[in-house]
Amino acid sequence: MLIDLTDTTTGDIRAALTKARDQLGGPTTGVVLNLIIVADETSQHDAVRAASQAGREHPCRVLAVIARDPRGESRLDAEIRTGEGAPGQTVLLRMYGPMSLHADSVVAPLLVPDTPVVTWWPGTGPAAPSASPLGALAQRRVTDAAAASVPGEALAALASGYRPGDTDLAWTRATTWRSLLAATLDQQHGEISGGVVIAEEHNPSADLIAAWLTDRLGVPFRRDVSGGPGITQVTFSSSEGDITISRPDGRNATLTRADQPERYVALHRRDAAELLAEELRRLDPDEIYRESLAQFAAGAAAQGS
Amino acid sequence: MTSNPLRDPRDRRIPQVAGPCVLVLFGVTGDLASKKLLPAIYDLANRGLLPPGFSLVGFARRDWVDEDFAKLTHDAVKAHARTPFREAVWRQLNEGVRFVPGEFGDDAAFDNLADTVAQLDAERGTGGNYAFYLSIPPKAFPTVVQQLKRSGLSSAPEPDALGHRPWRRVVIEKPFGHDLASARELNSMLDAVFPPHAVFRIDHYLGKETVQNLLALRFANTLFEPIWNRGYVDHVQITMAEDIGIGGRAGYYDGIGAARDVIQNHLLQLLALTAMEEPLSFSADSLRAEKEKALSAVKIPDDLAAGTARGQYSAGWQGGVAVGGFLEEDGIAPDSTTETYAAIRLGIDTRRWAGVPFYLRTGKRLTSRMTEIAVMFQRAPHLPFAATDTQELGQNALVIRVQPDEGITVRFGSKVPGSAMEVRDVNMDFAYGESFTESSPEAYERLLLDVLIGDPPLFPRQEEVELSWQILDPIEEFWATHDKPEQYPAGTTGPASSDALLANDGRAWRRL
Repeated sequence: MLIDLTDTTTGDIRAALTKARDQLGGPTTGVVLNLIIVADETSQHDAVRAASQAGREHPCRVLAVIARDPRGESRLDAEIRTGEGAPGQTVLLRMYGPMSLHADSVVAPLLVPDTPVVTWWPGTGPAAPSASPLGALAQRRVTDAAAASVPGEALAALASGYRPGDTDLAWTRATTWRSLLAATLDQQHGEISGGVVIAEEHNPSADLIAAWLTDRLGVPFRRDVSGGPGITQVTFSSSEGDITISRPDGRNATLTRADQPERYVALHRRDAAELLAEELRRLDPDEIYRESLAQFAAGAAAQGS
Repeated sequence: MTSNPLRDPRDRRIPQVAGPCVLVLFGVTGDLASKKLLPAIYDLANRGLLPPGFSLVGFARRDWVDEDFAKLTHDAVKAHARTPFREAVWRQLNEGVRFVPGEFGDDAAFDNLADTVAQLDAERGTGGNYAFYLSIPPKAFPTVVQQLKRSGLSSAPEPDALGHRPWRRVVIEKPFGHDLASARELNSMLDAVFPPHAVFRIDHYLGKETVQNLLALRFANTLFEPIWNRGYVDHVQITMAEDIGIGGRAGYYDGIGAARDVIQNHLLQLLALTAMEEPLSFSADSLRAEKEKALSAVKIPDDLAAGTARGQYSAGWQGGVAVGGFLEEDGIAPDSTTETYAAIRLGIDTRRWAGVPFYLRTGKRLTSRMTEIAVMFQRAPHLPFAATDTQELGQNALVIRVQPDEGITVRFGSKVPGSAMEVRDVNMDFAYGESFTESSPEAYERLLLDVLIGDPPLFPRQEEVELSWQILDPIEEFWATHDKPEQYPAGTTGPASSDALLANDGRAWRRL
């Protein structure tokens, strides 16, 4: 069901949502999350699509905040989509004029009560997510350093503005790698003296993995540059020889270690919906992210000075 | 093994992954293998929960090579896997797929199997860790287990210099015997070859999300536990109803019947989880200790004729289809006394449950397919309304729906809108199935991973199996010496004697 409301108010939107629910037989009953997406007209389509796919695992009320021309009169246009083959509801909120600077006043009345709030910036996000008005509404704030023009700088800024509940999709992208790396060290291995993470130049996930390994293992991990795609190799240098996972094509990885047969592992890159679904699975502060981010910022500062 | 610094309990994103190992699957040509086990293995691989090098060996009486088994696996995965098919994941899995042809009694075949897994250790670094999944008829267990012993596959080598010892595990499916004596026999046969902690008995119901959620519901909340006792609960109904008949399982089913097939394992496990006290922790030992306590407190009715009911489906209409009766099924003797419906009333002699009956029922060819635990509460001791106002008010109920449409329903009275005070029952629903279905893993995925990780809380132990048989054996003996099961038309809610069982207590079954 699609409802278009032009030059509307939050009261009318709420009434329309309730009416839509009654007509469709209650699709909000299972909503477990409010997801605020802060996007512009170019990025909203993909972001909302990813959110409705992730919504199969985490049914949510999606509130997409799209800022339009900030000059001129304040005006609110809303587009409500509900029951379109996905659970939950999606509301696109287009804000014109000075209203776009006070988006939180529009979003707050539209949140489902008693239900957690997550804010996601699919594009360039604020340096201090919790300080932004739409971030302040949420207990979980998801940025994406990879979307920044210089991801390394974005990560450093996120580190200094960190508040519990912040997280970044660059960190989410690292999960499959981190999981494989942890499983690798579940096996017996020699003492690890350091290593290297090799990826494309601007790859914040690789930066975070290197920082994570450095922090957890207490030995330095270098960050080297390759042509990609994404992360291409991680090597542990150990007293019993190197342990290497290499993934030259972004899909198929091989695990190589001294005097053991080479093993093949599927390690595909995940799409936005899968990343978002993982991100929505837990809403408590991610301390490992905080520590890795701090480690990265400390390393970057040391290099800079 | 020293702890892994990359693992941290606070890091909830990294899943626990099984260590390197080989899963040896007996009975690969069976239905369970192609519909559940092989797809579950792929789904685990797809979720990144299987280690690099994980290998799968099929064993069957087929003149096959590795590629034939790989094809079977590929087809099973394509047809039944829960997660999307990815070529790269398949390639990872496929590299470790092997097949060993042979009869269960054939020494050479098992020597070949031993060579195959040893070769996998060398080629793929599986580290000598083997799990044997016996998806085969129970009568073949002794032969296979003896062969595993003879070929040396069942015994793990001595620990190496670092104290690291490979593991050996065996997985068996129900039935775990057909009475106490045969269950003990099966166990002593396994016991002679595998230590108790290496035997994993799969009851796939315990891998279901809702069943685990029952523990969360009871022990993570303050809302339910205070009323979870005889002070508030009137009775409990545990139901597993099936709409299908026995299908092609006549050979297995005749002489076993509904009670042995379902009540002994699934329903008594659900009863134990519903009735048990709070475990000290969710470790396997604490959980089993509480389940065993609950099962040992179970009391069967003094008058077995009035406290039990059984039936056989006769020809009738099920869901708009005319179906034949049980005695007309292929492979069933026309004078068979095997029951296809069983209901029993059990008591639990504890302070918490004294005087609260637990009604268990299961049957085939019933109105609909559903499994649920319904905790029925007492009526309010006093209603400050006129009797006519509350005529439509039933008992409050908390229903845990296990399948289909997993979820929880709370039933309570609410005012009907209008000027008169009229109270009627309404439902408050929590549905897993509403949207979580796509992500919630199949029971077999969860259970297989637990086997490979070596995490046993969801697997019943021999003591629980024996306790269940102790409950059921006297009932089976009584039935064996009494009349034939009562006939009930297919597509109905079971025999009249079952309804009488509750009616005698002034209660009624919930509608199927």
